[in-house]
Amino acid sequence: MYPESFIPLLLALVLSPLLLGIINRTKALFAGRRGPPLLQIYFDLWKLLHKGAVYSRTTTWIFRAGPILGLAAVLTAVTLVPLGNFPALIAFPADFLLFAGLLGLMRFFMVLAALDTGSSFEGMGASREVFFSALAEPALLVALATLARQAGSFSLSTMLGQVSGGHWLHLGPVLALVMIALMIVLLAENARIPVDDPNTHLELTMIHEVMVLDHGGPDFAFIVYGAALKLWLLAALVVGMVVPATGASWLDLALVMGGMFAVAVIVGVVESVMARLRLVMVPQLLVGAGALAAAAFLLGLK
Amino acid sequence: MILVLVFLPLLAGLAAFALRSPAVRRGLLIGTALVHAALTAICWKTTPGAALGGWLALDAAGLLFLSITSGLFLVASFYAAGYLGQQANKHTTDVEEGMLFDNAPEAVFIGCLLLFLATMTLVTVSQHFGLLWVAVEATTLASAPLIYFHRHHRSLEATWKYLLVCSVGIALALLACFFLGVAATPPNGEGFPLVLTELVAKAQQLQTPWLKAACLLFFVGYGTKMGLAPLHTWLPDAHSEAPSVVSALLSGAVLNCAFLGLVRVQQVCVAAGLGAFGRDVWVLLGLVSLVVGAVFIIGQTDYKRLLAYSSVENMGIIALGVGLGSAGAFGAMLHAVNHAIAKAMLFLLSGNILAHYQTKNIAQVRGLLSAAPVTGVLWVAGFLAITGTPPFGLFLSKFTILKAAIDGGRTWIGIMFLVSLGVIFIGMTTAFFGMAQGVPDKVASGPANRDRWWQIAPPAVLGLLVLWLGLAVPGPLNNVLRQIAATLGDAP
Amino acid sequence: MNNTNIILVLVVLTNLKLLGSSRLGASIRVVAMQGVVLGLLPVLAHTNELSLRYAVLAAGTIALKGIVFPWFLFRAVREAEVTREVEPYVGYVTSLLAGVMILAVSFWMCERLPMPETLASSWLAPVAFFSIFAGLFLIVSRKRAVNQVLGFLVLENGVYTFGVGLAPHTSLLVEAGVLLDVFVAVFVMGITIFHINREFDHIETNRLSTLKD
Repeated sequence: MYPESFIPLLLALVLSPLLLGIINRTKALFAGRRGPPLLQIYFDLWKLLHKGAVYSRTTTWIFRAGPILGLAAVLTAVTLVPLGNFPALIAFPADFLLFAGLLGLMRFFMVLAALDTGSSFEGMGASREVFFSALAEPALLVALATLARQAGSFSLSTMLGQVSGGHWLHLGPVLALVMIALMIVLLAENARIPVDDPNTHLELTMIHEVMVLDHGGPDFAFIVYGAALKLWLLAALVVGMVVPATGASWLDLALVMGGMFAVAVIVGVVESVMARLRLVMVPQLLVGAGALAAAAFLLGLK
Repeated sequence: MILVLVFLPLLAGLAAFALRSPAVRRGLLIGTALVHAALTAICWKTTPGAALGGWLALDAAGLLFLSITSGLFLVASFYAAGYLGQQANKHTTDVEEGMLFDNAPEAVFIGCLLLFLATMTLVTVSQHFGLLWVAVEATTLASAPLIYFHRHHRSLEATWKYLLVCSVGIALALLACFFLGVAATPPNGEGFPLVLTELVAKAQQLQTPWLKAACLLFFVGYGTKMGLAPLHTWLPDAHSEAPSVVSALLSGAVLNCAFLGLVRVQQVCVAAGLGAFGRDVWVLLGLVSLVVGAVFIIGQTDYKRLLAYSSVENMGIIALGVGLGSAGAFGAMLHAVNHAIAKAMLFLLSGNILAHYQTKNIAQVRGLLSAAPVTGVLWVAGFLAITGTPPFGLFLSKFTILKAAIDGGRTWIGIMFLVSLGVIFIGMTTAFFGMAQGVPDKVASGPANRDRWWQIAPPAVLGLLVLWLGLAVPGPLNNVLRQIAATLGDAP
Repeated sequence: MNNTNIILVLVVLTNLKLLGSSRLGASIRVVAMQGVVLGLLPVLAHTNELSLRYAVLAAGTIALKGIVFPWFLFRAVREAEVTREVEPYVGYVTSLLAGVMILAVSFWMCERLPMPETLASSWLAPVAFFSIFAGLFLIVSRKRAVNQVLGFLVLENGVYTFGVGLAPHTSLLVEAGVLLDVFVAVFVMGITIFHINREFDHIETNRLSTLKD
């Protein structure tokens, strides 16, 4: 472990809510409003941590444990993901499988907590969430497999760290396809338009929001923070692919930060210009992402 | 000379679209057919020179199929002129479902017929594979409006199937042309053009995997057009819904032109040492077509579909013949000639029957011999011809193919051949004799419904022709057939 | 970056989009785009032998496939007043997955065939085969006549890609003839679709089933 491998960890822990703030600000600017302050999510987390929580009598310990376990899973995943040229805290071959597994574990705990409430809304949200994630998972894994093949290594740090200008020159189309697939997976996993509308107040149209409907107080703070970390991690995958490895450390840092903010702005723009897809079309989108990733894999084989 | 052969019908066809008077149009049709036939006859005496730098030339196979096309078209043009005169009223009642329908404008019909002749001529004189492909696709496009002459839903369905199936098949044939182009390109140098004579001369230099792939794709592509099972699905519908003249030309000329394309491919394969590989495919497709034809002929209720399946079966016989080596190829070529003549005759007669009885159902046609005697006699003669009864020509050709099978030691093929022919004979006998004999019940006899000269003379001429070919194959024809068979020879 | 590679990736993307899309208007535009992109292929694949011939061919292809065909097909669609495909024989998600399988099979096939050495890109033959198979798949699995014509155009595009990439010595006459044939084929098919719509009030070919044995 190198001292610079703490940088991705620190940046993720500190700056991930800022991404959500940037997304909300971008959307507001598109709508002609001024929007909430960039640090609003931090204030929300502070407020939530100081509130009390009310638990329904129909729930069990699973409901209380769900958010905590989910946060634990995603915090573990943070140690695995590099940021641009900075290697991750823990890196070993096939760590991207563990990464995908940890994200799945987080989702699993959230779904359990949602089902534990016994309410039909949460159950509906849970089933949708699991279905769409099941479709997005192959896209994620095949995209990472393509990167692994191109970089010649099975470790995330090497995969994302080694990508340079030379790669893009020779295999531009392949990497572009992988990037598009990863962006679609990012939108799906983080419950963004065109898969899910985070601002809707109609439970029947929700996917992720309705799962966490009954959580309040510190539990909800853990959930929001966990969602922000997840967004950060998936964006880090995309940024790691694009940002080249320059010599200077501080330049790398600046480029990577800029990349993350750019991804947040892009997500905000996508949310502003597109409408959410009909629920029957979402599988087509996700399978399409998988097909793009598979096409990139096959093209990269030659 | 060759260019005249191609461009004369092309220009006449374009002119026919513009002409106003029906009599002048029909005269143009017959006139062009006569001139075309005369020019073809001259080609038998003196081989015309090559054109377009060797891309258009008339070799033995081309001359044979050009003559078939030209002769059939001449005979059919007389029938067509009379038929169009009879169909000149605006609305007709459909025979099967009783609804009213229109016919296509006569100008379109005659124009497309002449364009059809032009494109088929182009197929026979093409020596370049790419140009051959263009011509075959052009025949599909020129004949689609002909099938849609009677404007109702069944013929539309048949036209759509024909268009789509044949176009897809021929697109695969284009891929095969490109494969051939790759085969003709040595790994480090310039390729040589896809002209037949050059390919045959330099055949040893062709890359084998590409050539094999090209061969198979050509079979799929041109085999669709030729009507080999299992790619024949467009055939029964197109033949049953098109006017009889068009069916006659489709069966007699178009299937043969597609066969010519495949013959060219086989010539290249034989020269390149892949003759045995090609022959295996021919035999397989031939047997499948025979069996499919036999199965669908039994119990067939529509006599035009019956004739269509008989075409599938005969194409299978021709394919089988080519697959059996040089002697079989001679029989196959002879069979191509005989079958074209006999099938055209039968289709023209079926048009007569339809005009008399107003039905396409076999069970409803009775007593042909008493209601329309000349048609009836010719119908029975045609049946005897197409099933291979001596002394008609098809007996000779089928016998030659059978002999080639037995001589080559492939007795089981010969047995399958005979069994299929037997089944087909039985199936067709019940149909044909049922139609010919008995007492007519539905026909309106009388002078208005008598056979006209244009209905009788063309089939009669064709019948006499196939009889003559059965008694004695003329010398020049024999020479040409031998020449073609030699190029498809027994080289491994 | 290799220009040919970019074009080929665009072709793959358009094919996948066609396989997974149900909207007729979008499909026609996608096929038009594919035709235009492929029209540029001869110019880019043979930059060392740039000549008038390639430029004329490219211009003709782009004009035909990018402008004439879509205009014609849109007219046919407007007449028939259809906007969406009826549920095809093979659903869209399955079609997409089948498309990926076809892509894999095309790459596998091209490993087995000896390629000429002067290829502009190693992706040419696999992408050409992919287009051919995808076109065949579209023809077989779709019920509307217009979608079948689009499948035929994709098939022809695949054959054309193969021809341009691997058999560049085909003469201008043949290529012009091929282009003319495709044009007339689409023309005749379009007219037939007109008639089918007038006759039947729909253009679903699976309902054309009167003729059978």
